[in-house]
Amino acid sequence: MTDTIPTLLLFPLWVLLAAFIFCIFSWNRAKVQAAIAIVAGFLYLAAAAGLFMEVYRNGIQVIQIGNWPAPFGITLVADLLAAGMVLISAVVAFAIILYSLQDISAARKKKGFYPVLLVMMFGVCGSFLTGDIFNLYVWFEVMLVASFVLIVLGNSKKQLEGAVKYVTLSFISSGFLLTGSAILYKLTGTLNMADLSVAIAQHPNQELITVSAVFFLTGFGIKAALFPFFSWLPASYPTPPISVVGLMAGLLTKVGVYALIRFFTLLYTYDVPATHSVLLVLAGLTMFFGVLGAIAQRNFKKILSSHIVSQIGYMIMGLALFTPLAIAGSIFYIIHHILVKTNLFLISGIVKITNGHYALRKLGGVYDRYPFITVLFAVSAFSLAGIPPLSGFWGKFILAKAGLASEAYLIVAVSLLVGLLTLFSISKIWVSVFWSASPESDSNPPQLDGRTLFRRYYCLLLASVFLTLCTLGISFYPDFLISFLEQTAEQLLNPDSYINAVLKK
Amino acid sequence: MNLIIPLIIGVLFSASLFLMFQKSFFKLIIGVILFGYATTFFLFTVGGVTKNAPPLLSEAEVAVDQLADPLPQALTLTAIVISIGVQLFVIVLLKKVYEEVGTEDLDELNTTDKIK
Repeated sequence: MTDTIPTLLLFPLWVLLAAFIFCIFSWNRAKVQAAIAIVAGFLYLAAAAGLFMEVYRNGIQVIQIGNWPAPFGITLVADLLAAGMVLISAVVAFAIILYSLQDISAARKKKGFYPVLLVMMFGVCGSFLTGDIFNLYVWFEVMLVASFVLIVLGNSKKQLEGAVKYVTLSFISSGFLLTGSAILYKLTGTLNMADLSVAIAQHPNQELITVSAVFFLTGFGIKAALFPFFSWLPASYPTPPISVVGLMAGLLTKVGVYALIRFFTLLYTYDVPATHSVLLVLAGLTMFFGVLGAIAQRNFKKILSSHIVSQIGYMIMGLALFTPLAIAGSIFYIIHHILVKTNLFLISGIVKITNGHYALRKLGGVYDRYPFITVLFAVSAFSLAGIPPLSGFWGKFILAKAGLASEAYLIVAVSLLVGLLTLFSISKIWVSVFWSASPESDSNPPQLDGRTLFRRYYCLLLASVFLTLCTLGISFYPDFLISFLEQTAEQLLNPDSYINAVLKK
Repeated sequence: MNLIIPLIIGVLFSASLFLMFQKSFFKLIIGVILFGYATTFFLFTVGGVTKNAPPLLSEAEVAVDQLADPLPQALTLTAIVISIGVQLFVIVLLKKVYEEVGTEDLDELNTTDKIK
């Protein structure tokens, strides 16, 4: 029998790499690059959907690069979680590329915005699909270096200042990842995640394994903006143009969360009460301090950035509770948050176009002039805050239910309190941007009526509408999603299927 | 030998973190570079450091235990390339920040942290 190579696994990566190479060949021709990027975004979405359907129907897809057998070569694996993350990243990337057509200035496009964006997506996609910890480090670096460039592209003073903090902390985080992988390799003699999972469970020296767990927790914790390490996020995320912020806010921290979920379900499960209670404490503190940051801020983009931190806490809470329901809730939360948060940033960009500001006190009257934008914002904002029929409510509901089931009352109380505070900070935006009258002091805001806005900036609105429809989709038709989540959680908590698929037992 | 290398790694790590905690841009750059060295050196050492064991064996011999594991050395090369790339980026970035902001005190890079 000839093994059919699961090429579907490689399509998302091929599309992005090929698009990047085409972009390099059309350097300095921004329009050609934009066309390549939008086609690539669409193909990437199609490839990711194809991969997802394949994994959903036929189980875990594995490919051994260079045909080296499993523990020796580099393995690419797509289980349900990885395929789902690739799909959701493709949805966001498509929306962002659409949005960037009219948002990014011509100068930035000319300096290579699209090639760098494609490389970053390449790194994100690779981090989701890899099954090897050193390879994961390399994909992380691809993603990080591209994101460094995106965050400084344009060279404004704020961008540069934010970038100093972001770059330094990211560099330290990847150093921690490297050190952690070195310890694991020394102890077990393998880098393949499936093989490591077996080796760690049988390893006699659990103390040193725990040391490596701490290194990975710190490394990914910095990437995911967990409690003691989140200070870089509110400092650097609000600085670049909205398309970049939206993409980073939606995806980059979630890659860190994905890696944490992968490591703390597949590898470090030998002493769940100890490791996961540390995660639980971190989750609670992350939620709480993130939302306090959001309450203190008085700028549209900065409030949204601080929210990211607090929402990361919910995702880690699901991981820390470590029951099937909680893991499902955590993944639901990731998907919901990627869509909603990106969309909120996109809308803040549209509001900026109408008024020219992000500061709350200079904004106002959007509800009167642009009811359509208000509807878009309301769907995402109230979903983020967890108002019942929308997706955020289901995420919080699943997590709270899982928390009560495992009798972790304190974290449930904290999560509900944080939900209330989130609602408060969202209502701050709602009141001062949408409800209040537009401030008199503003001498001449660029007065566009709704129709001109739509005609001139249709790409921005289309991208936002696309994400809003996705949010409404997961809010009102969650059946498919719930069955997907149940299967994913089961796969994550019983890693045997993953291990068998990779090691071909 | 067995004591010196861990000591060097420890000194590199602590020195790099100490330098990164300082205010000056230049010390940050040196700290970043040393941190890169410390991690790659650690990775290199994991494979084992042996001497007087040339990798020339007759066909009958399989003397694995005398030889260093080559895989971490290969990983080290990858890691060195990556960390050099990032270090260069940091140097250029800090030069650009210096031109733009006109200070070399990290504590003064606080315009993005102010609440207004």
